[in-house]
Amino acid sequence: MDRTLAEVADASDGRLLEIAQVTGTDADSRRLREIGFCAGAPVRFIRRAPLGDPAMYELRGALMSLRRSEARRILVHRAGA
Amino acid sequence: MTTLVRLRPSAPPQRPGRIAILGAPNSGKTTLFNALTGHRAKAGNYPGVTVDRREGDLQGRFGADDVRLIDLPGVYSLEPQSDDETVAVRVLEGGFGEPVPDGVVVVVDATTIERGLPLLAEAAGLGLPVCVALTMIDELKARHGQIDTEELQQELGVPVVGVVGNRGLGIDDLGALVSSPWDWTPGPGLLHGAEAKTPEDRFGWAREVLGACRRQAPEPNRWTRRLDRFLLHPAIGSAVFLAFVAFFFQAIFTWATPAMDFLSGLMDGLADQILATLPDTALTRLLADGVIRGVGAVIVFLPQIVLLFTVILFLEACGYMARAAFVVDRVMGWVGLEGRCFIALLSSYACAVPGIMATRTIPSPRDRLTTILVAPFATCSARLPVYILLIAAFIPADPVLGPFTWQGLTLTGLYFLGTGAALLSAAVFKRGLLRGATLPFYLELPPYRLPRPSDIALGVWDRAKLFLRRAGTIILAASVVLWFLLNLPRRPADPQLSVTENQRAVLEGSYAASAGRLLEPVFAPMDFDWRINVGLVASQAAREVMVATLAQIYAHEGEDGEGLGVLLAGSGEGGAPPLLSRPSALALLVYFAFAMQCMSTLAVIRRETGGWRWPAFTFAYMNGLAWLSAWLTFVLASAAGA
Repeated sequence: MDRTLAEVADASDGRLLEIAQVTGTDADSRRLREIGFCAGAPVRFIRRAPLGDPAMYELRGALMSLRRSEARRILVHRAGA
Repeated sequence: MTTLVRLRPSAPPQRPGRIAILGAPNSGKTTLFNALTGHRAKAGNYPGVTVDRREGDLQGRFGADDVRLIDLPGVYSLEPQSDDETVAVRVLEGGFGEPVPDGVVVVVDATTIERGLPLLAEAAGLGLPVCVALTMIDELKARHGQIDTEELQQELGVPVVGVVGNRGLGIDDLGALVSSPWDWTPGPGLLHGAEAKTPEDRFGWAREVLGACRRQAPEPNRWTRRLDRFLLHPAIGSAVFLAFVAFFFQAIFTWATPAMDFLSGLMDGLADQILATLPDTALTRLLADGVIRGVGAVIVFLPQIVLLFTVILFLEACGYMARAAFVVDRVMGWVGLEGRCFIALLSSYACAVPGIMATRTIPSPRDRLTTILVAPFATCSARLPVYILLIAAFIPADPVLGPFTWQGLTLTGLYFLGTGAALLSAAVFKRGLLRGATLPFYLELPPYRLPRPSDIALGVWDRAKLFLRRAGTIILAASVVLWFLLNLPRRPADPQLSVTENQRAVLEGSYAASAGRLLEPVFAPMDFDWRINVGLVASQAAREVMVATLAQIYAHEGEDGEGLGVLLAGSGEGGAPPLLSRPSALALLVYFAFAMQCMSTLAVIRRETGGWRWPAFTFAYMNGLAWLSAWLTFVLASAAGA
């Protein structure tokens, strides 16, 4: 994986991140992109569910929750990179 | 009022104009639809699929011509993956044997406008006239956001109306607008978006459009953030979730009981009244015991269903339901399901029928089908009368530890048995039969909002009607058929015998008794005799019918005044032998925990899955499991000398 990229699943603070790409086959990633997780979109980690998974993210003014398995497919630009 | 420049004369409609209302989930679409149609929508279903269908006429309101509004299911995109999206696309393309809509109102939440515009681009890409209803503009203002609708309208070329559905603002403008979709002409801005092929292009286009308008993005919803910090807190959030489940059970079982008792008392009283006043003919007994008590068996569940959906729809509209799914998702993930399946399973503890109806919110077809197949394992309220009868008769009331007695523990154990069977079967189905590609899991958590009571009332009313129509007709028909089975063939009354003895003679010679005897080899391993088998046949209409049928069969076995439970267990003072051994009684309890004995549930599964294949499968696997477990229970209990 590109060293300047990180998985949004690993985000644990409220910094604003920019999505670089969504990995996986087209059919898999398409739904994530359609609900707004697509390249260029700012995304922010908000909190995890009480049991640790899924996690809640702020995306284009809405709150969206993804499981870790989905959040690992969303790559964001590493801070400062 | 928005004044529209008529660019070209509107074509006079040959038929009522049909306008589809399209929008993402939680965009305020339903409130808008209700406000426009004045709460006179017709609810129904699309043929072959189980997506709620709602239509309503404007009937000349807002000075509009004859316009029919079609409320499409809430969707994020028109790329069909789930049932909801397939229906939305088919309606927009003129499916279901209906013409293509004359126009589409795209509902866009003004607080998340960037997320709503791509759907507008997709709808415009279909070549249909579109216009925009911007909802939640009051919330946008409250959060110090701003959007210039005039500028947005100029940018897009099609009408843009700001509305506040629950206060009626902008509704008149929108109502006037929908009678002339021929005037909605997209400008170059929207045409550009309509050509976009990928989600990236559409979202990029949305940003361009918004960039050209004076706009102030809203601040984060402080109320929602604050409440989430509390309601989703690792410790407090879990406690709140458990309290929510407890509240749910409380509502279903305790609060509904007085109304249920009242209704069943009312119907029983009516049946008794008919028997007492009309001449004692077969027709009178059919009317009283078949029809009236049959109707009673249906409407007795109505209070519970109304209460259940009131709670569900309220929590859904105010935003907590999505949070509950968020909290419990991990647990459901262990058996291959997701958070939204939990809500449907929880509802099934009242009755599997509304539980299965509630699976409609689950986007993944496989998860939805799995939930439907396992929902009937949940200990529904119809099993309770049977449990209570058998437990009281066969399980000692001795204390085990502290306030816990064997009876209480048995009942709790039966609840766990049903829950365990549901979760295990789900895990098995998801790993075997229904394995395969799944939709990625995503769940939008809408802001907390105060629901509009009339929207909830309308939703509850729609579902209560659906229940009465679908489940009601099946239970009624089954109870009439059952009455015939229990009372035919006719035989002349023997004047030597008493009325009850005559009734018993009819019963013992009835078709139902023949069926019970026919089933004897099947249930012989558990030591059920033909009378229990008749009860099992009868309980196929609805489980609680078992108690009434057994009461009828055993009415003359013992001394007067002895209860059915005393008779069954042989614990009366007359020293009559038990009619059911304790191992058989335990086997019967386990059989009821697992068996698929409910015609209305089967009918609902048939409707929700579009054929007889899945109800037949459910019937076979649940009854197979029930028989095996009952037999195992009998063998083990006999060996243990219970």
